[in-house]
Amino acid sequence: MTPLLTVRGLTIRFGGVTALNQVDFAVQPGSITALIGPNGAGKTTVFNCVTGFYRADGGTIRLHAGQQDEEGLNLLTLLGEPVRWRDCWQPQRLAERLYYQMFGGPHLVNRAGVARTFQNIRLFNELTVMENLLVAQHTQVDAALLSGLLRSRRFLAKEEAALQRATEWLRFFALHGEANRLAGELPYGHQRRLEMARALCTNPRLLCLDEPAAGLNPNETRLLSQLILTLRDQFQVTILLIEHDMGMVMEISDHLVVLDHGEVIARGTPEEIQQNPRVLAAYLGTGAG
Amino acid sequence: MDIYIFGQQLVNGLVLGSTYGLIAVGYTMVYGIIGMINFAHGEIYMISAYLTAIFLALLAGFGLHSVPVVLLLVLLCTLFLTALYGWSVERIAYRPLRHSNRLAPLISAIGISLILQNYIRISQGARNQGVPPVLEGVWRIPAQAVEQQFVQITYQQSLIVITALASMALLTWVIHHTALGRACRATQQDRVMANLLGVDTDRIISVVFVMGAAMAAVAGMLVTLNYGSFDFYIGFLMGIKAFTAAVLGGIGSLPGAMLGGVVLGLAESFFAGFVNSDYKDVFAFSLLILFLIFRPSGFLGVPEVEKV
Repeated sequence: MTPLLTVRGLTIRFGGVTALNQVDFAVQPGSITALIGPNGAGKTTVFNCVTGFYRADGGTIRLHAGQQDEEGLNLLTLLGEPVRWRDCWQPQRLAERLYYQMFGGPHLVNRAGVARTFQNIRLFNELTVMENLLVAQHTQVDAALLSGLLRSRRFLAKEEAALQRATEWLRFFALHGEANRLAGELPYGHQRRLEMARALCTNPRLLCLDEPAAGLNPNETRLLSQLILTLRDQFQVTILLIEHDMGMVMEISDHLVVLDHGEVIARGTPEEIQQNPRVLAAYLGTGAG
Repeated sequence: MDIYIFGQQLVNGLVLGSTYGLIAVGYTMVYGIIGMINFAHGEIYMISAYLTAIFLALLAGFGLHSVPVVLLLVLLCTLFLTALYGWSVERIAYRPLRHSNRLAPLISAIGISLILQNYIRISQGARNQGVPPVLEGVWRIPAQAVEQQFVQITYQQSLIVITALASMALLTWVIHHTALGRACRATQQDRVMANLLGVDTDRIISVVFVMGAAMAAVAGMLVTLNYGSFDFYIGFLMGIKAFTAAVLGGIGSLPGAMLGGVVLGLAESFFAGFVNSDYKDVFAFSLLILFLIFRPSGFLGVPEVEKV
C-alpha cells in the first residue's frame, strides 16, 4: 500500500543547530502513527515542517492524496522554494517555482489535506465557536465581497452547508451547546476539542495532533482516545500524533516513530518499541542501555 | 458663549470628524492586520482628490449634468482606481518586506509616500487645483430672533456626514456578516493560524488595503467637492490627523477609528471657534502626544499584552 505521507531526509537547521537530521518515516493511510521521544527531540519541529509552519532546509515531504501521480505532492514545493539559476534550463520548473514563490504558503499545504492542532491552543479567541469552525472552511464558502454583500443565493447556500458541517463536528465533539460563545471563554478541555473540530473542518486527509492530551485528566484522556479511534474508523482520517502520555500512545497507535536529538532512532509497533533498547536508553539515559 | 457659534462649530466638527474617521479606518485596519502604520495612506487620499477632479471634468465633457448621477459615477470610478492604488502600494512596497523586521516596511511606507507625492506633482503640476461646486445650497437654522445668528449646514456638509456614516456602517457590516469579513477578523487575530487553516492571508491583507483605500477615496471625493481646492501636499496633514484620530480611538479598533475621528474633529473645531484657530493643529497634535503618554490604547483599544 502507498503511504499517505512519506518523509525522506528531512533536515532543518536553526543557526548552527541541526534540529532535524535526515528524518525518514511514512504514515500509512487509515493508521494512527505516533511520534514520541524525549523533550527537545524534534517532534514538534517535524510537525511544523509537515504542516508548512517551517520551511525545511532539505529533504522531501510527499503527500499521496487525491489524483496525484506515483510520486505524490511535495509539500515543500507548495511553500515556495527559492528559484535557482539552473532552473532556467527547465522552463516548466521555473514557472512552477515562481508561481509558488508568489502565491505559495502554508494555506496550500492545508488545502492539500494536512491540518494540525497546537500544543498550546491557538484558537481565534475573539471569534465565536461557530465562527472558528467557519473560518476553517474558508475555501469552501463563497468569500467574494459582492456575493457576501448582496447575499447571493450561492453565498447563502454555501454558508448554510458550512454551518451544517460545523454543527456536525460540534456534535461529534459534544460542543453543540456552545456554538455562540466566544472561543476564549470556553474551559480548557473544551478548547482542546474545539481546536480538533476546527482542524477537521478543513476536511483533512492527515490530521496532526500535537499533544492532544496535555493538561487533560485521566478521564478526559480516555474519552479523547475514543474520539481519535472513532475519527480513524468512521471518518477515515489518518492521524499523526505527538503525545507524552505513554499509556494512551501504546493503546491507540498502530505505528510508532521514536525521535531523539533530531534523528529517528526506532520505528515499529507499540510492542516492538517497548522492547527496543535504544528507546529505553533515550528515555532513561545511557546507563539503562 | 453664543449658542449659535457653538452650534456652528458642532456642525463643522462633525463634518471634519467624519472625514477623519473615514481615513482613520484605513490606518486602523492595516495596523490591526499586519501591525504597521501605513504612512502612505494620506497620499492615497490625496490621489483620490485628483481622481475626483479628473472624473468630474470627464463626465462634464460627456455632457452629463444630473447631480446624483454625476456624484454616483464619480464615486464609483474614484473608488475603483484609488483601491487599485492601495492594492499596488501593498503589493510593491510592503509584501516583499513581510518577513523582515518591523522598521523596514515603515521606511518603505515613507518612501512610497514621497514617491506618490512627487509623482502627482510632476504629472499634475504643483499648482493648486480646483473643482467647480457640484452641490449648492444651505439649510439655515436660526438660533435667536436676531437676523445674523444662525447655524448653517450646507447640502455638501450633510452629504459628507451621511455618506461617511453609510460607508462606515457598510464596512462594519461587511466585516461582521460576510465570509470575507470573517476571514479578515480571523487573520487579524492570528495570521499564522488562519494561514494554516487554508486562508490565503496575503490575499486577505490585500483586501484590507483595498478596503482602507476605498474609505480614503470616499473621504477624498467628499472633501474635494466640499472645499473645491486641493494640491499634491494635502495628503500629509490629512494623513497625520487621521492617524491621530486612529490613535485616539484605539488603533486596531474599527469603531474606535470612527469615534476617534469625530472626537478629534469636534475638539479641533471647538478649539478653533472658542480659543484660537491658528493653533488648532497644535492642539490636535498635543492631544496625540497626551494620548500616547497617558492612554496609548485610546478609547476603545485593548492594551497590548506582551506575548510570551
